[in-house]
Amino acid sequence: MADLRIKIGQLEFRNPVILASGTCGYGSELEDFINLSELGGIIVKGTTLEHREGNPYPRMSETASGMLNAVGLQNKGIDYFEKNIYPHLAEYKTHVIVNVNGNTIEDYVDLSQRINTLSAIPAIELNISCPNVKKGGMIFGTNPASAREVIYAVRRVYDKTLIVKLSPNVTDITEFARISQEEGAEAVSLVNTFLGMAVDVRTMRPKLSTITGGLSGPAIKPVALRMVWQVARAVSIPVIGLGGIMNAEDALEFIMAGATAVQVGTASFINPRAGTEIVGGIEKFLVEKEMDSVSNITGIINRI
Amino acid sequence: MKKRIEDLTVIGNSKLTEGFFVIKVSSSEDLTGIKPGQFVQALVTESPSTFLRRPLSVHDIDPGENTMSLLVQIAGPGTERLSRITPGEKLNLIYPLGNSFTLPARGERVLLAGGGCGMAPLLYLGRKISESGVQPHFALGFRNRSRILSHDEFSALGPVFLATEDGSKGYRGFVTDIPEFRNEHWDRVYCCGPEPMMKAVAALCRKRDIFCEVSLENLMACGLGICLCCVVPTTSGNLCSCTDGPVFNINDLKWQTSG
Ligand SMILES: Cc1cc2nc3c(=O)[nH]c(=O)nc-3n(C[C@H](O)[C@H](O)[C@H](O)COP(=O)(O)OP(=O)(O)OC[C@H]3O[C@@H](n4cnc5c(N)ncnc54)[C@H](O)[C@@H]3O)c2cc1C
Ligand SMILES: Cc1cc2nc3c(=O)[nH]c(=O)nc-3n(C[C@H](O)[C@H](O)[C@H](O)COP(=O)(O)O)c2cc1C
Ligand code: FES
Repeated sequence: MADLRIKIGQLEFRNPVILASGTCGYGSELEDFINLSELGGIIVKGTTLEHREGNPYPRMSETASGMLNAVGLQNKGIDYFEKNIYPHLAEYKTHVIVNVNGNTIEDYVDLSQRINTLSAIPAIELNISCPNVKKGGMIFGTNPASAREVIYAVRRVYDKTLIVKLSPNVTDITEFARISQEEGAEAVSLVNTFLGMAVDVRTMRPKLSTITGGLSGPAIKPVALRMVWQVARAVSIPVIGLGGIMNAEDALEFIMAGATAVQVGTASFINPRAGTEIVGGIEKFLVEKEMDSVSNITGIINRI
Repeated sequence: MKKRIEDLTVIGNSKLTEGFFVIKVSSSEDLTGIKPGQFVQALVTESPSTFLRRPLSVHDIDPGENTMSLLVQIAGPGTERLSRITPGEKLNLIYPLGNSFTLPARGERVLLAGGGCGMAPLLYLGRKISESGVQPHFALGFRNRSRILSHDEFSALGPVFLATEDGSKGYRGFVTDIPEFRNEHWDRVYCCGPEPMMKAVAALCRKRDIFCEVSLENLMACGLGICLCCVVPTTSGNLCSCTDGPVFNINDLKWQTSG
């Protein structure tokens, strides 16, 4: 047996596989298929202070080896979350992380403060990279000064593990990773979706109600992997890699390029067991290579 | 019934008419817990353009053989690939998904209205209604005579009223033009078909104050309630058509009353 445990800040994870925000609901939706406690963690769907209905239908379009989405952070808001969803999450035997969103810095701060009081949530993922909202989201994640401001403000009120989720829709993603590190984040996760679009030639209309949306799935993997590799060399805090991971081999690529942990997103739509199968596949790989710990291969391509 | 992922074995694939076919698969697990109106998510491999699974309604269940039938219309690359599936091949399905139609009470008069691949869930629904001791009636609409799908299995369960848009068989017009639908008393109407048909049926039912459930075919990514892509606006906000639906009571939908 190989040791799959990893650490992000002071927080230890059973293994490096985490389900990505917006692609695993609140976890319970997957309980017929997997035992959540076999995962390193789950990041529940993008949460805001207020109730949001998201963008109008159609919000999804399949693309070659991927999909565009324009969900727009539909969620019932933090009050509902705390009262009706949190008590169930608190029973999970895996790390449950909340993906934090807002229109303004005050929104991010207020929400982080609220979640700071929830003892069963050991970490937040600060989403400054949602491409599907008009205010907030990616606007913070694509402007270095705004990114710094929001991370600084949240860090002051949030004292558990802070992960900043970076947008790939920038010229130099390492700049945002460095800012996250400087402002005291324990880790960065990347990537969120790439801004994209699709047109229905039959109706001569955009396929998404919002015209543009976020691209995910295997279509983005090579670009995501390149960004993870660049960021892992630019910062010393752990990097959580994601973007198009469908199986253990994909996950191992990210780990070998420098990711301490990985997230599994769109893959769960096609195979709801993808997350736990990837855990098994990583373990099998290490055993076959006679390696005792996943840390033996983290960033290995940079060492040889 | 718990949701499962399973490789089912294809035991038949028969063409009904141009572009329509029925796939029969057999399972190693019990299928009798599946409810009418539920659907499966079928994995279509081989091409990057069929990355996501394809949602398909459960057309019928044969408890004796432990088989499931799917009625499929070719709409694009995924359904085209499925049309070429042959006995012996495996078909990977996630099922059963979604809610279900609510069954009628004894003594009620019920009409099941549909057309094209929208007929898919109505056979199993008709069978379950019939088993519960209520006589189902079917109103089926087609473009013209040559597009009519074989409906012997429907006729075996109850009376079938036909409509074709050009009048080449049955009544001329849409399902909502069928006199039995317009004039006779109905306690419940169940509908699945193209959106304009469902809206017309909903409008007629609303006008006549008939209980009506429709099965929506929104675009889906996961079918599991984890992506929130399949939402439909309802009186209680955006709901997922894959978990809160696909079956909705028309009174809960924000559809305009005009057809
Ligand atoms: C709950 C549910 C049950 C369904 N049941 C059946 C069924 O029993 N039999 C059947 O033949 N079809 C059914 N459909 C529709 C079927 O899923 C689509 O036709 C199929 O996904 C198209 O895939 P494709 O690769 O062949 O075509 P694509 O290239 O993906 O699409 C071709 C065309 O069909 C449209 N389309 C794609 N997906 C859907 C969809 N989900 N609903 C409506 N239109 C769509 C596209 O906009 C496009 O215009 C159902 C859909 C849902 C949501
Ligand atoms: C339908 C959908 C909804 C998403 N919602 C969120 C969200 O609420 N917050 C967030 O940070 N990322 C969200 N994402 C982005 C994913 O977490 C992930 O970053 C992205 O999909 C790339 O990974 P993948 O290719 O493995 O899916 C969403 C992605 C999809 C497909
Ligand atoms: S299709 Fe994913 S939530 Fe309904």
